[in-house]
Amino acid sequence: MHETMVAESLVAAISAEAVKHNAKPVAARISCGGLSAVNDEILCFAFEAIARDTPCEGMKLQIEHKPLRAKCRNCSRDFDVDLSMPKCSECNSESFKLLADAPLLLEEIELQTD
Amino acid sequence: MKKVDVVKKILYANEKYALENVLFFAEHKKLCLNMISSPGSGKTTILARTISDLKERIKIGVIEGDIQTDIDAERISRTKAPVVQINTDGACHLSAAQVSAAIRELPVKELDLVVIENVGNLVCPSDFDLGENAKIVVLSVAEGDDKPIKYPGIFAKSKAMLINKIDLLEGGLVDFDIERAKTDARRLNKDMEIFTVSAKTGEGMNDWYAWLTESFKNV
Repeated sequence: MHETMVAESLVAAISAEAVKHNAKPVAARISCGGLSAVNDEILCFAFEAIARDTPCEGMKLQIEHKPLRAKCRNCSRDFDVDLSMPKCSECNSESFKLLADAPLLLEEIELQTD
Repeated sequence: MKKVDVVKKILYANEKYALENVLFFAEHKKLCLNMISSPGSGKTTILARTISDLKERIKIGVIEGDIQTDIDAERISRTKAPVVQINTDGACHLSAAQVSAAIRELPVKELDLVVIENVGNLVCPSDFDLGENAKIVVLSVAEGDDKPIKYPGIFAKSKAMLINKIDLLEGGLVDFDIERAKTDARRLNKDMEIFTVSAKTGEGMNDWYAWLTESFKNV
């Protein structure tokens, strides 16, 4: 549900970049972390609806999910955590500290140049 | 075609207000907690009881977030605590901008602690920082002991968890394995404080009060 707010912020941020470069945006790549509650399908749907009649209309959105990282308290290694089976990928220890999750980022946009 | 690196936080507008709120609370030396749970877990009952039981020790102000109605604000105002109701008109979480406006309506100087009761939802509110010192997650036993593993985001991000309505466990009315919920939550968040309480009977509330009292002293 809060994907609509993410989509609104995204349209605003991309539109501002488009104005700055005086070019039409055609695609954008965004990224989010493992704890981020963003559903790709809902975000794309919300983006498409909100982008209508803005410079972002018709843009393609690519969403990259960055894995959640953790530090093992047993072997001290950093590893990608699978939250459905949370344990160290190296030593199987269940004692670890979650590292800061990747924020929701607008990474890159592609502009039409003619 | 030309590619442009942007690398900008998408929720920068929310984060800007969240940072302002952090500074506001720091400047006034007040503790702010953001309470998050499913609808019906007992957040308002916990808060109302906490306010009444601690009224001689801690002055608490409340920001109530709901999609609609001021039912919760009414319940809090019966305790005589100052309360501001925010209606989100359908939105599934509170935003830092709404909280920024609400804290200016509270008599913050007279308070020790501001508690934000977020919209009942275990998913969306976890993505929106409000400028709080800590998130507190509430899980009632009727919801099931699998919630920490099903909704890891909020359990990973919360400083403390209250397992509420433990009075329902008596007589086997509800199947809820407290140890399982604790183990799953601590696997995500080893240092999490966990309190098992019944806000209805008062059982277990003293441990929560002790933690709360310590926390606001340390601000």
